[in-house]
Amino acid sequence: MKTPLMDRRSFLKVSSLAGGGFVLSYVLGPVELLAQPAGALDNTARSFTPNPFIRITPDGLITIIAKNPEIGQGVKTSLPMIVAEELEADFAKVIIEQAPLNPQLGPQFAGGSLSTPMNYDLLRKAGATARTMLVEAAAQTWGVPAGELVAEHGTVVHRATGRRLTYGELATKAATLPVPDENSIRLKEPDEFKLLGSRVGGTDNPAIVTGQPLFGLDQKVPGMRYAIYQKCPVFGGKVVSANLDRVKALPGVTDAFVLAGTTDYSGLLPGVAIIADSTWAAFKAQRELRVTWDEGAGAGQSSAAFEAQAAALGATAGTLLKEDGAPAAALAGAARVVAASYSYPYLHHATLEPMNALAWPTADGGIEILAPTQTPQGAQDLVAQTLGLAKEKVKVRFTRIGGGFGRRLSNDYVVEAAALAQKTGAPVKVTWTREEDTRHGFYRPAGWHFLQAGLDAGGALVAWHDHFVTVALHSTKEAGRGAGMSPLEFPSRFVPNFRLEQSIITTNIPTGPLRAPGSNALAFVFQSFLDELAHAAGQDPLAFRLALLGADRQIAPPKPPGTPWDTKRMKDVLRLAAEKSGWGRKLPRGSGKGVAFHFSHRGYVAEVAEVSVAADGTLKVHRVTVACDVGPIINRSGAENQVQGAVLDGLGAAWLQEITVEHGRVAQGNFDQYPLLRIGDAPQVDVHFIESKHPPTGLGEPALPPLPPAVCNAIFAATGKRLRRLPISKHDLRRA
Amino acid sequence: MPRYTLKVNGQTRTVEAAADTPLLWILRDHLDLVGTKFGCGLGQCGACTVHLNGVPARSCQSQVSTVTNLEITTIEGLSADGAHPLQQAWIEHDVPQCGYCQAGQIMTAAALLKNSPHPTDDDIDGAMAGNLCRCGTYLRIRAAIKTAAQRAAPAAVAAKEGAA
Repeated sequence: MKTPLMDRRSFLKVSSLAGGGFVLSYVLGPVELLAQPAGALDNTARSFTPNPFIRITPDGLITIIAKNPEIGQGVKTSLPMIVAEELEADFAKVIIEQAPLNPQLGPQFAGGSLSTPMNYDLLRKAGATARTMLVEAAAQTWGVPAGELVAEHGTVVHRATGRRLTYGELATKAATLPVPDENSIRLKEPDEFKLLGSRVGGTDNPAIVTGQPLFGLDQKVPGMRYAIYQKCPVFGGKVVSANLDRVKALPGVTDAFVLAGTTDYSGLLPGVAIIADSTWAAFKAQRELRVTWDEGAGAGQSSAAFEAQAAALGATAGTLLKEDGAPAAALAGAARVVAASYSYPYLHHATLEPMNALAWPTADGGIEILAPTQTPQGAQDLVAQTLGLAKEKVKVRFTRIGGGFGRRLSNDYVVEAAALAQKTGAPVKVTWTREEDTRHGFYRPAGWHFLQAGLDAGGALVAWHDHFVTVALHSTKEAGRGAGMSPLEFPSRFVPNFRLEQSIITTNIPTGPLRAPGSNALAFVFQSFLDELAHAAGQDPLAFRLALLGADRQIAPPKPPGTPWDTKRMKDVLRLAAEKSGWGRKLPRGSGKGVAFHFSHRGYVAEVAEVSVAADGTLKVHRVTVACDVGPIINRSGAENQVQGAVLDGLGAAWLQEITVEHGRVAQGNFDQYPLLRIGDAPQVDVHFIESKHPPTGLGEPALPPLPPAVCNAIFAATGKRLRRLPISKHDLRRA
Repeated sequence: MPRYTLKVNGQTRTVEAAADTPLLWILRDHLDLVGTKFGCGLGQCGACTVHLNGVPARSCQSQVSTVTNLEITTIEGLSADGAHPLQQAWIEHDVPQCGYCQAGQIMTAAALLKNSPHPTDDDIDGAMAGNLCRCGTYLRIRAAIKTAAQRAAPAAVAAKEGAA
């Protein structure tokens, strides 16, 4: 065998020598996903491309296409692993290539923890189809039955005779074979998996640790100009006038102009562009820019006013969203009633890579985009619509992304670059300052819950009443983006007498999904309040929760094919987290443990936090024990990374972060005002997976929601102080 | 525009730029060394960390006119081929999530190991306190620094960096 295999390391060197962070040589024909004749996509003669996810060339290079945006959730590694497992390719030698936006790959987005559940079957079949065809090619070459052959390590072996051919050697032959019906393909049994469930490092790690140009902000094309785009600090405000002549005269500035924009808060906002020959020239000129804004009616809004409105609404009756049993009567007849109000602030995504995008005009009058976006399809749609282009004239490629968390589900920054490229006729990279990034987000909605619960004489939870006050953008009828609440959110359906009411505060503040949307706030409220109830009932918080979950059963989804709520899976993770954390062990004064669980994104997660609070009120989170059931694990290293990251993310947000609105503007700007968790405050995180036989589901989000309540419940155990309002840093935890 | 001659990763580079241009943007826009990241522009996040004469510095706070006599080392120059013990340990521990902050983390850690070859947890937390990671990779950063410290004799770390 003289196959010139390159390992991934060599490949990265080659691509970096060629000067680009991206090698996007993949070309597709107009074919159906996984169902086109072999060779139809063949752009390099005699290579084997049985479907849009795999390319094997006669020189032995095996390329697997990574279809979805990589935001740090690990899909550029884990999704190709699924293909490689069934393909029987050596993963260390496979070349992984990031796809551009391409309808033949199916939906391409990073959101909802959906990459794994939406692609697991598809990618297994893609790999297994190729493997089956390579085995058949070997069978025909040797004149033996395919059943006598085994595929392993990128080769097909005939054990009886010791013959062996590499996939590269079989590629040309395999390319002539018909693609078999996908239902006839044998998938591996999970106990045959060698790669899935193992620990695999991130595909891009060698490039990351050597500083290669992987991210959106790292991209550059010839003739590129650098831009800023100043928007009104009050959302939706319009430009009245700007000192454009002064700005245009500044060093390095090549142009400055006003764009009228649109009224879509997720689209192209009205603003002032400065085009320059370097990022610094643009940033410096931005400081000299003076704009007279028509700020609009939103300028009068403030967090303090929202707070007062919420309190007023909480004292009234809201719109009924769900009622089970007779909650009013049950509360009246309860042995014990506990009432409390909880609230949480707006939050920002604060990705470490600020918003940015690169776009240039194409020869056919269209626009090409190279940007860090979680929704490349959304970018194409928005740019086409805003600039009046046919969709096929908007080409979208996406880079590795320096943090998503939901912020880059919106493409407002992408359409800015596209609009500036169209207007100037040149390639333009738009870069946001940190302050602009913080002040023009799509915030995790603030919310308030006015709760009452009733316990019977035995301490069982028999009545629950929640008046949920939420926010919306210019509406009192419908909750804002990411601001709604399912009437089935736990403990709905677990309490016989249940009532959920909702009121909506209309605001001028755009909201959107932040990692584990809804759940990241609701788990704090409900798992904290349940803790209060456990203490009121004189019960151990763990035992109280297990009793509430009740008998093993699956609670059917409201409308199929939704996901059932499996009480056994939740109790199993709860018991495991408790056991591994040493739940029940006595702790010294000032220390405490708190437990919480949450079901979201089809995943079951329970967490126990152990904290201490010093006499001076200093909080230390020592350890978080996580038990998690998302079915079988694809990449163990990546999965643990996601859980550790979600825990630290949840801790930073709950402890330190708050976005406030003053005079219609976001008050915070840089990290001095919107702090992130630092290394010294990061607790030990112990991760335990229960790998149930259910289909694997995503892990980018579900480990976050239990963290804030686990920590707040631990603070209560340590201090007796019940935190009903976030962030934790606003509370005085000193010993009374 | 004034001209400045800089010594970056052992090479002499000449740039024309405004005197107050932060080294960060000289590296990224003028010299195409984009491993050094822009995160905050205020010295708050550490993503732009480079070494100036071996000392970690925030390149977003270092004006080009002030660094002409200094040896500037960026992540691209930390080792010739990604073989620095920290780069290897980062891969071994699969540290990165999004990866955006990691060049700055590694540059700060490299300076730490030069001065403190066997750092304790407190040493690590102290030295790394100015480098933010939004994804929460801190636990693996700690582990990777310890692995690199165990592997590399301090002299080797210093020699590698000096040679780059």
